[in-house]
Amino acid sequence: FVPPPAKWGGRHTVTLLPGDGIGSEMANHVKELFRYAGAPVDFEEIDLDSTAPDVEGFEYALMSIKRNGVALKGNIETRTSFQGFQSRNVVLRNRLGLFANVVCVKNLPGIRAKQKDVDVVIIRENLEAEYSGIEHESVPGVVESLKIITREKSMRIAKFAFEWATKYNRKKVTAIHKANIMKMSDGLFLECCRITSKEYPDIQFDQMIIDNCSMQMVNKPSQFDLMVMPNLYGDVLSNIACGVIGGPGLVSGTNLGYRYAVFETGARNTGKSIVGQNIANPCAFIRASVDLLNYLKLEHQAHVIEDAVMKTLIEDKVWTPDLGGQATTTDVMQNIVKYVKANA
Amino acid sequence: QAAQAATENGPRTVTLIPGDGIGPEISASVQEIFRAAGVPIQWEVVDVTPVKGPDGKIGIPQAAIDSVVKHKIGLKGPLATPVGKGHRSLNLAIRKAFDLYANVRPCRSLEGFKTAYDDVDVVTIRENTEGEYSGIEHVIVDGVVQSIKLITFEASRRIAEFAFEYAKANGRSRVTAVHKANIMRMSDGLFLKCCRDVAELHPEIKFNEMYLDTVCLNMVQDPHKFDVLCMPNLYGDILSDLCAGLVGGLGVTPSGNIGFGGAAVFESVHGTAPDIAGQDKANPTALLLSSVMMLRHLNMRNFADRIEQACYDTIREGKHLTGDLGGKAKCSEFTQDICEKVQRISDKQK
Ligand SMILES: Nc1ncnc2c1ncn2[C@@H]1O[C@H](COP(=O)(O)OP(=O)(O)OP(=O)(O)O)[C@@H](O)[C@H]1O
Ligand SMILES: Nc1ncnc2c1ncn2[C@@H]1O[C@H](COP(=O)(O)OP(=O)(O)OP(=O)(O)O)[C@@H](O)[C@H]1O
Ligand SMILES: [Mg+2]
Ligand SMILES: [Mg+2]
Repeated sequence: FVPPPAKWGGRHTVTLLPGDGIGSEMANHVKELFRYAGAPVDFEEIDLDSTAPDVEGFEYALMSIKRNGVALKGNIETRTSFQGFQSRNVVLRNRLGLFANVVCVKNLPGIRAKQKDVDVVIIRENLEAEYSGIEHESVPGVVESLKIITREKSMRIAKFAFEWATKYNRKKVTAIHKANIMKMSDGLFLECCRITSKEYPDIQFDQMIIDNCSMQMVNKPSQFDLMVMPNLYGDVLSNIACGVIGGPGLVSGTNLGYRYAVFETGARNTGKSIVGQNIANPCAFIRASVDLLNYLKLEHQAHVIEDAVMKTLIEDKVWTPDLGGQATTTDVMQNIVKYVKANA
Repeated sequence: QAAQAATENGPRTVTLIPGDGIGPEISASVQEIFRAAGVPIQWEVVDVTPVKGPDGKIGIPQAAIDSVVKHKIGLKGPLATPVGKGHRSLNLAIRKAFDLYANVRPCRSLEGFKTAYDDVDVVTIRENTEGEYSGIEHVIVDGVVQSIKLITFEASRRIAEFAFEYAKANGRSRVTAVHKANIMRMSDGLFLKCCRDVAELHPEIKFNEMYLDTVCLNMVQDPHKFDVLCMPNLYGDILSDLCAGLVGGLGVTPSGNIGFGGAAVFESVHGTAPDIAGQDKANPTALLLSSVMMLRHLNMRNFADRIEQACYDTIREGKHLTGDLGGKAKCSEFTQDICEKVQRISDKQK
């Protein structure tokens, strides 16, 4: 599916795009952990200027990811003042062909959560639909925004979802849509999922409307197994799911294409409001880096770090304020580092 | 305003559409409670079962549409989804007549009906005429479909004004505009700009703007951060259901559709529940709270407060709860309990 990432002399080179908000704090923590874990990874760090569109820096970042094949990324802020520029997060996903966003959301034992027994995989079409960015103001005061759904991309994500379900032994795939209103576009998406489901008779196929699904997600999320959906609904549902099991500081997410992989947090937020306060929960970003290590087949280092995070959260209960604790980011990091050093 | 002025002289007539399935039972419950409270309202009950019209087309009876058009205020139970296409729907007809542009859904935690959240008190205000629901879609080439989301200055401005007016009239302190202007820069950008402009005219109401995904994330973690939310059609569809989910679902959340000149239709947004229809098991809360919204809209706040209070008290005490609220009571017993409480509250105030 994906060619092996850049590797010279036994070391991997990975692009690191810290992004805005708490991104650079988080990136530093990951670098520290990789050092202690002895992960043979060299980061090629690229800081984008978020006060300007920084087209040149951005092009350089894209090239870097294409060369390395893999990146760890924070969220890049899109200022409303840069009119005429598309979100760089969107452009990056488009230019790299990262058609699938996968977020696995599962309760962690002992972590305060609004709902229990959540174990859901959210697979989101990452390139088209509401994120096409094609808009025009035909008459002053009248704006049209085009949502484009194609059979090609819908079939691709549907196939991806069922393959994922097969590989990771998921029993049910639920397609999320609004085909009762958007009969043609979401109708096409749903149809593609339905057609694909026929090739996987062992996997149950189900569908649900996005508004009802959002309600079910806060009420009874345990009913869901694997879900597949167009872009915007994925944005909504991954954030609801993250929120329901304890917040944006816990869950990681992956963007996959045929050639490249970019690892991020599950809720893809910037955490602008908590920058520099030493209270951000680093676990989501660290778990994204664990996904990255697993992807690079550095399973030992991945395991050491994952284990340290879990012990810190579950056994030692060193919690930042978002989890109801009083620990600082530094406290959490020191605790994780302690285990990583011991087990590396 | 026209509607409100009318209430000062004599009883007001309201069109009641009981609806299908459990609709008639819960409508009867509301009527009984209104009687007990002595609300000066006359009901004009209309049947909307589709009939063959003079033009040969199947549709709802013209009399039903005429009634709503005449009285400008409707209360509506659940309707079974119409079968077959090309069917003139009531919603469509009423929406056309009054341009019901604002959908309002207050979601409030009910003491006595435990959910994972007990501090919810938010109102979602959804633009109801355009956005993703423009219905303009076409196949560009085989396998490529385009759906147009339409955002206009006029509709955005109108809904923003409505949100701030609503906040003021209902003692709310903050309006949050929900958008995705980081992605849909022009369309949601226009919506956001309209909200900002209107916010400037209402300095007494706090204003902030948030991305849809951040609202989803924060809403399910800490809903008491939110007050009134104002948003385009699709986001409103999603968030109004999400918020209803926080307080226990559509069986307990009211809804109102507001249009020009005070015209409005209030409705329960749950389904017809055919599985329990006719068994005196249905919970009338959603329709009752919708009727409370209607009373406030008609400026009959005193009656609204009394009925709402009686409903909340009955649920809090938990002696006569319907099955969906975890009790064993019949719809009629639940109704009776509310009626008694309404009368007691009225007596006390005398
Ligand atoms: N790693 C994290 N640890 C703790 N809280 C976080 C983390 N990431 C995000 N948050 C919180 O989650 C919420 C949503 O974050 P998001 O980045 O979308 O908003 P923001 O950029 O912080 O902007 P604002 O808070 O001003 O709306 C915020 O309250 C933020 O503080
Ligand atoms: N007001 C109510 N009181 C009690 N139970 C209700 C109420 N509304 C819905 N329910 C229950 O919730 C479940 C879902 O019913 P709902 O009517 O929303 O969908 P439905 O049965 O598919 O009807 P429809 O086809 O009209 O949507 C039903 O099993 C019903 O028992
Ligand atoms: Mg998002
Ligand atoms: Mg809906």
